[in-house]
Amino acid sequence: MEIRRNLRAYPTLLRIGIAEAVAYRAELIVWMLTTTLPLVSMVLWRAVAAEGPIGPERFSAGDFTAYFLLALLVRLLTSSWVLWEMNREIRTGIMSQRLLRPVHPLVAYSAENLAATPLRALLVLPVSLLLLYLYGRSEITKDPLLVGAFVLSLPGAWALTFLSMVLCGCLAFYIESSLGIFHLWYTTYVLCSGYLVPLSLLPGPVRALAEVLPFRYMLDFPVRLLLGLPGLQGSAAHAAVLSHLVVEYAYVAGLLIAVALLWRAGLRRYAAFGA
Amino acid sequence: MASSGPIISVERMSKHYRVHQRSAGLLSALGSLVSRRHDIKRAVEEISFAISPGERVGFLGPNGAGKTTTLKVLAGLLHPTSGSVQVAGFVPQRREARFLQQITLVMGQKQQLLWDLPPADTFQLNRAVYDVPQAVFNDTLAELDRLLGLSAISRIPTRQLSLGERMKCELAAALLHRPRVLFLDEPTIGLDVSMQVTLREFVRRYNERFGATVLLTSHYMDDVAALCPRVIVIDRGTLRYDGDLPGLVRSIRPHKRVTLRLGGTPCDQGRAEDQLRRVGELLSWDGTQAVLQIGKDQLREGVAHLLGVLPVLDLTVEDPPLEEVMRDLFERSAP
Repeated sequence: MEIRRNLRAYPTLLRIGIAEAVAYRAELIVWMLTTTLPLVSMVLWRAVAAEGPIGPERFSAGDFTAYFLLALLVRLLTSSWVLWEMNREIRTGIMSQRLLRPVHPLVAYSAENLAATPLRALLVLPVSLLLLYLYGRSEITKDPLLVGAFVLSLPGAWALTFLSMVLCGCLAFYIESSLGIFHLWYTTYVLCSGYLVPLSLLPGPVRALAEVLPFRYMLDFPVRLLLGLPGLQGSAAHAAVLSHLVVEYAYVAGLLIAVALLWRAGLRRYAAFGA
Repeated sequence: MASSGPIISVERMSKHYRVHQRSAGLLSALGSLVSRRHDIKRAVEEISFAISPGERVGFLGPNGAGKTTTLKVLAGLLHPTSGSVQVAGFVPQRREARFLQQITLVMGQKQQLLWDLPPADTFQLNRAVYDVPQAVFNDTLAELDRLLGLSAISRIPTRQLSLGERMKCELAAALLHRPRVLFLDEPTIGLDVSMQVTLREFVRRYNERFGATVLLTSHYMDDVAALCPRVIVIDRGTLRYDGDLPGLVRSIRPHKRVTLRLGGTPCDQGRAEDQLRRVGELLSWDGTQAVLQIGKDQLREGVAHLLGVLPVLDLTVEDPPLEEVMRDLFERSAP
């Protein structure tokens, strides 16, 4: 597919995506309200840390508040639902309509997913920022380099989430439903991304695994950037930021290649049943 | 691509599916966890045909004959199992943007319109993805509006449109990029007669205005008879006929259907029935109106005889209905 054609079409794809997000605003709000796991974790871990800071990074109750509010913010700004769409469209044949258009279906999916971000940000940012200001502002870094790195890490976090879901979605070309695979993915994500608990508090072997998997870059890494990379100081922190950003985007490139291969092979098996 | 050669060329194309089979019931469902039985479904088997630019071709066959599978292969949605296919100079399954720019596939049972947004948004989306210049888009939309009357309905969310209104918008969305090849799969299904006529007329005008090639499947034989000088018949994946419609009718039903309305008294009815049966097969007879099937070779002589011996008030001679011709064709090929 032509890259230039896709780029030219992208603003319109985004505009239509925003119109759809607005049309489904009630569903979007309900879905966002159900994303409560970080708030539950926050309450639990604040209680655990009430007696004093815990873990190798000495997380205090205030740290946990800031961590889980930021985790909620990052999760809501970088989430994607492309897997459900792909699974349904491949199984029912609706994918055919996308395949008939001269814009790559994955480009169209990305625009639809990204288009919901402004509305989601509009709903989640004011509340999150207010809560952060009230309960966690002293834990947020004021280092402009780390704040800049946080901004840079967010598109990578979104791309990793989106592409890993697309990878699961492509499995619908091979098996009858890829939603089961997603549950496996989600369990690993919850554990290894820092969504349930900061990675530094995981038991040794699980922590070692989480540190080499890409999930940490979907959530833990951006969150820790805004917390000033607990455990690291000055130039060590800055050097770590650079290497982590390189690893994050290397994972994005790797997933992109994997998606391209699986998509191409999957299309050969596509049966377009029902459409 | 040179316009002299075929715009669609299919050579010994086959498409086989691997399908999972199991009986109904819990035991069978549990059994399929351990061992799954697969069969190969031969949807299309080595069919070949070519279509020239600007032709309108009806693609006929019973349910499950392989029509839609063939259209999906031609539109690049499915990879053929074997054989070669070319459309507008491209290999469809490669799905190059320049190929997709030249074709459209309208499926009467599926939609491309965005369900919760007005069709106008789908039109804008298609303008962007097909990279249609704004001026061309405006002209085409104005023309489609004139032919289909879109302006009153294109700003209402799709889900609130009637089926007929939705199909008008589907066709418009599918044609905004002015494709050279139209694959129409049951485009009039579920529509009332007047809407069928409107859409049929619209497709004909589009074909004449832009020289577009049309390959149409429909279970409404009126669609095919009105639109398609040529028909391709496919049954259980194999090609059964490729030629003009009268030729198909002649080869399957070499008869004419003669309808006569008779005057006279009730006591003449017995004699009239004898005369009718002498000339051809009497399909129906209510004492005043008769429908006869007469071999084409005996038509002139038979009609002349009836006009001579019976009080004929009215007489029409027609080909048998296309539905009956198709039924005969498919019954002959049934195992």
